[in-house]
Amino acid sequence: MKTKGKPVWGLLGPYTLWAAVFIVVPLIFVAYYAFTDNSFTFTFDNLLRFFNDKSQMGDTEVRTYMLIFWRSLKLAVISTVICLLLGYPLAYIMSRASDRSQKIMMTLLMIPMWMNFLIRTYAWMTILQDTGLLNGMLTRLGLGNVHIIGTEGAVVIGMVYDYLPYMVLPIYSVMAKLDIRLIEAARDLGCNNYGVLKRVIFPLSMPGVLSGINMVLIPSVSTFYISQKLGNGKFFLIGDAIEGQYVANNLHFAAAMAFILMIILLVMMALIKKFTNNMAYGGEEI
Amino acid sequence: MKTASRIFTALVFIFLFAPIAILIIFSFNDAKSLSVFSGFSLRWYRELIYDDATLESVRNTLILALSATVISTVMGTAAAVGINRLRNKWIKSAINTVTDIPMTNPDIITGISLMLMFVFFGRMFGRSDSLSFTTMLLSHVTFCLPYVILQVLPKLRQMDPSLPEAAQDLGCTPVRAFFKATIPEIMPGVITGAIMAFTMSLDDFVISYFTSGAGFQTLPVRIYNMTKKTVTPKMYALATIIFFVILTMLLISNFADEDASEKRKIKRDNRKALKK
Repeated sequence: MKTKGKPVWGLLGPYTLWAAVFIVVPLIFVAYYAFTDNSFTFTFDNLLRFFNDKSQMGDTEVRTYMLIFWRSLKLAVISTVICLLLGYPLAYIMSRASDRSQKIMMTLLMIPMWMNFLIRTYAWMTILQDTGLLNGMLTRLGLGNVHIIGTEGAVVIGMVYDYLPYMVLPIYSVMAKLDIRLIEAARDLGCNNYGVLKRVIFPLSMPGVLSGINMVLIPSVSTFYISQKLGNGKFFLIGDAIEGQYVANNLHFAAAMAFILMIILLVMMALIKKFTNNMAYGGEEI
Repeated sequence: MKTASRIFTALVFIFLFAPIAILIIFSFNDAKSLSVFSGFSLRWYRELIYDDATLESVRNTLILALSATVISTVMGTAAAVGINRLRNKWIKSAINTVTDIPMTNPDIITGISLMLMFVFFGRMFGRSDSLSFTTMLLSHVTFCLPYVILQVLPKLRQMDPSLPEAAQDLGCTPVRAFFKATIPEIMPGVITGAIMAFTMSLDDFVISYFTSGAGFQTLPVRIYNMTKKTVTPKMYALATIIFFVILTMLLISNFADEDASEKRKIKRDNRKALKK
């Protein structure tokens, strides 16, 4: 045996210990806090509270946290779809551009990613405000005012803005590596542009699309800053709810919501993976 | 079609850079307003220089990012070499699964989970101020490690395994063979991993927010606390400085890249010429 005597655990040991203590154990703590009350006795109350808490909204009584959760999911899915619709063509255009333009566009995409997203989101706030720059411009052009800040639309704009690069980069990196001979072969076999896109490029870019969806959907479901600033605090998302409970020092309820969010995301990601795999490999019958 | 895709690309990049352009412009605003420009001045840059709390948070951010990068790069590189040598499939996939967790879990859950553990043990030892520089450093190393490992592992797989063996045959001890043969081969991965760890740590807000104590604030946490109140263009001045630092760094690294590939090309041509 070649590998015998090689010090595997001397190298891997520190990391294994670290990962156990700082990755696995904290997750156990989330479950532990979720299922206990303030005196650490077992209870389902925190989880039940998430499903049952009610509050008055106008004339109707609503389930507070369920409403917040569905809203988060809805806005995150809308943002992810918009990111995909904008990001996919952009990634395609980038991958077809000259080497030099590719490099420039990559740099341009990465600059916003390296700047603090809090300040950039705040800048959007000053653009979208009722007395902000956008409305100032529209009024000067005689187009009247639009009310954007404090709507769900503003939150979606913020999410798309913050996470668009995370959609473009993985799709681009798959497309840039695409074997050009496959496209030529498809052309030789009679495909037009549309056929090449549908039958060659699209299925082969699916792994990039999958990781792009992952990288946009997960942070937008769990964000807690964008909604506070661009939604004027009117559209609480699940991230805001968790942060609010943390600030109020209700750690057990915060843990319960984190626990539920984690489970739901795991299921969702598994479903999306299955769906995109079908599109890529078992997809269409000819 | 060509024009259509040009227009589309331009529109997307305008969307991405509009707020950045605006914060740069308003950082030079004479008045306090963030939406009415009343004249050019460097007033907010001057105020920034005298804002000790902000400057200290910049220093804190850099210290934290550097420490987290050094620890996660050393430990992550060693871990990657170890994972690459593992023969037991089951242990290998278990370790890979755990490594994926911090990258696939939302930051808010990673932050909450670490915070709960720190608070729990803090209480156990009777300390209410359990969140500090140490807890932040532990957290940052934790979310940086997977990025280092994932950058180094592919380089190890590409490497010819007989290389360190040859070194040993030629009289190197295993340790010396590791440093003389393996490390130079995987160095590009190690460097990319370290850069990624550094930028992730520098830019992190969510995990820092949950694991930071009152005594130690990083820049993103400080910015968050500042945006809770009314914001002055001072913050934009800070963002503008950050923007130009990043831009310069990216341009330098691009030039260095082109320069290096140019040099490699010349070397290759020279070698070819020599062979003839």
